[in-house]
Amino acid sequence: MEQKEKISSKEMLNNLMANHYKSAMEAKANGELVAWSTSIAPQELLETMDIKVVYPENHAAAIGARKEAQKFIDDAEGRGYSIDLCSYARVNIGYKNIQYADAENIPLPDFIFSCDNICHTVLKWYENLAKDLNIPLIVFDMPFNHTYDVPDHAVKYMKGQIEEAIKRLEKISGKKFDHDRFREVMEQSNKTSQMWKDASMVAKAKPSPLNGFDLFNYMAAIVTSRGTKEGYELFKRWKEELEEKAAAGLGPWKPGEEEKFRVMWDGIACWPYLGPTYKGLKNNGINMVTSTYPDSWTILYETGDVDGMARAYSSNYVNRNLNYGVDNIVNLINEFSLDGVVFHSNRSCKLMDFRQYEVQREVEERTGVVSVIFDGDQTDPRAFSTEQYNTRIQAFLEMLENRKEERRKG
Amino acid sequence: MADLKNMIAQLEQVALEPAKAVAGIKSEGKKVVGMFPLYLPEEIVYAAGMIPVGMWGGQTEIKLADRYLQSFCCSIIRADLEMGMRGTYNMLDGVIMATYCDTLKCVCEDWKVAVPQIPFIPMVYPQNRNIQPAIEYMKAEFSRVQAELEKIAGTTVTEEKLEAAWEVYEAYRAACRKFVKLVEKMPKTLNAKTRHLILKASWFMDKKVYTEKLNAIMEAIEAAPAEEFNGTKVVVEGIMTEPLALLDAFVENNVCIIADDLAHESRQFRTVGRTEGTVYERMAYRIADAKGDALLYEEMKTKGQFLIDLVKDSKADGVVVCMMKFCDPEEYDYPIFKVELEEAKVPMLYMEIEQKMDSVEPLKTRIQSFAEMLS
Ligand code: SF4
Ligand code: SF4
Repeated sequence: MEQKEKISSKEMLNNLMANHYKSAMEAKANGELVAWSTSIAPQELLETMDIKVVYPENHAAAIGARKEAQKFIDDAEGRGYSIDLCSYARVNIGYKNIQYADAENIPLPDFIFSCDNICHTVLKWYENLAKDLNIPLIVFDMPFNHTYDVPDHAVKYMKGQIEEAIKRLEKISGKKFDHDRFREVMEQSNKTSQMWKDASMVAKAKPSPLNGFDLFNYMAAIVTSRGTKEGYELFKRWKEELEEKAAAGLGPWKPGEEEKFRVMWDGIACWPYLGPTYKGLKNNGINMVTSTYPDSWTILYETGDVDGMARAYSSNYVNRNLNYGVDNIVNLINEFSLDGVVFHSNRSCKLMDFRQYEVQREVEERTGVVSVIFDGDQTDPRAFSTEQYNTRIQAFLEMLENRKEERRKG
Repeated sequence: MADLKNMIAQLEQVALEPAKAVAGIKSEGKKVVGMFPLYLPEEIVYAAGMIPVGMWGGQTEIKLADRYLQSFCCSIIRADLEMGMRGTYNMLDGVIMATYCDTLKCVCEDWKVAVPQIPFIPMVYPQNRNIQPAIEYMKAEFSRVQAELEKIAGTTVTEEKLEAAWEVYEAYRAACRKFVKLVEKMPKTLNAKTRHLILKASWFMDKKVYTEKLNAIMEAIEAAPAEEFNGTKVVVEGIMTEPLALLDAFVENNVCIIADDLAHESRQFRTVGRTEGTVYERMAYRIADAKGDALLYEEMKTKGQFLIDLVKDSKADGVVVCMMKFCDPEEYDYPIFKVELEEAKVPMLYMEIEQKMDSVEPLKTRIQSFAEMLS
């Protein structure tokens, strides 16, 4: 009985996202402040100030998945944005001008929040938004860690920026920053992050109850709702569902559809081609069990510890050195008992691409797993070919099979 | 006049044969440290008794670097990595790189694996550069880098040595600022290519020696009569203006570079250093005070206005954007300043360039039509 009353995590996700977009539009209509923010920024500050925030990367992904990215891209390119720039940026800049999408709609911002722990690109992209819209831009610059860990002088600098940001937020909103509330939000954000991570870890079971493409869906919520109880409840429900499936020995797909190989996905999804990329793997019994996504939002620190918070935000794998990047994937391979890695050479994202070849070599050398790199793009539909993708996956499948055969022979 | 030509030819030679120039420095017993693009703490290298030299790519075939980089990486960095792997840079005693863009962040990591034979010092400049914590951060970075450099040099850097190096660099920067203004007087002698080569030479010389030579050239220019010029005067914008064949096209079409907004040229020296504070602080403030630079974050991008003012001050006829293909930061700036230049009715030519191009002919044609349109 009780089971039936619980709504599924999928429904919770849909409700949460619908409400996310709706409430932002309403807030704007009511004259409340709205911010645009990068996807892994210290949202704690905005949540504390109770400021509505939307995430252009998420929104661009939704537009991509709805297969309507091209018109926004065309708009941006028509204004002189190069085809070589990140397609999230091109979609978002196009959206800023067109201001309507079938997928979802977001209000224009009153100010902007940008954290370059994910790339330098967002600094430039958001700088342009702020200039075009003539609104304030709050930047968190998180120096690239060419060392394995985050150095202390970088932590000091980042902490200084958080303090600056609080002052600016007070000025922009005309409200005082409530430090008690800040602690609560910190605590909640950590709990939600941990639950997101815990849910994704259930995929360690063999077979994995999780079809990793679901990570791409649930990711929307960890971006938008990390600081909220609703986010926590959603991931808790998702985890329960996955655990139930795992306990019943159920795999990622329908009964009878065997998980033959377990792989991870490095990089962002190809939103306009979710179907073909998914099927290309699934039809060959390859399950994407995990990816670099879970850890990207596993941002953990002690409540009240602003230094720790800065360190955690700066510790995103793309903001750290090669050794860390390799260790990160090697650990996933071991923890999730993976047979291979699918690397997305994403035309949009130079920061993820230009280390990929070396990461691939080192990961293969250290773990003996096989891997494949395919060319694509997260939202630009012109930069991906299903046929080429399938050819790459066929070659990958052969490698996976050979490896299995070799291991069987011992 | 013959003297002036000779003096200019000397610097041109340095720029045309950098390897020879660097070998010359080494033969004097000095150590040399390679400087990746863009802005690095050269003063510290100099204070450690070593000579910083530029690493701004070159016209080279890419083979080895393909092991690390997809084809959509900027040509400067592909060339640098290629030459590093090939051993072209083995004469360097060290290399410094700062992670100004996403490409540099990655190549910083690739380089460690691909070119292990040269001591490597990665560093980071802050982007949120106008707040006090950023100044403190830079000071901490400088002192970390200094310790690394001291190991390579086998000496200790003192405040006096830093002070002396700062003086050398401020003198060099002042001389360069003066030089670029003198083009107006001799637009033929200091044609687009010569101007570039003279400035480029600074990357492969002891800055003190370079400044002396440049000052001598400027004295001769000041003593000479002004040249008649009825060609086109432009401001060039971008990272740099190579291949040289591109500059030949400027010269052939009687287009003079009257001012530049290039990372490789004026952006190196246009920000005047402050006079108060320690040397580290003055170095940090030169970064904090820089304006209109794609590689340095600015909340209210001032680049468009900067270019408009530059056109006005230099009485240029228009702007030529030399867009280094695959350079994200520059590519982001363009759509913004494009609108501002259009509104200010400044004529503009946009060209995509790569260091190694199959053919510059199409660009030549475009430069020609632009010049015709402006004349
Ligand atoms: S896709 Fe890459 S370049 Fe684009 S915003 Fe994300 S991290 Fe930055
Ligand atoms: S992308 Fe641009 S800024 Fe970065 S290294 Fe290449 S030319 Fe320089």
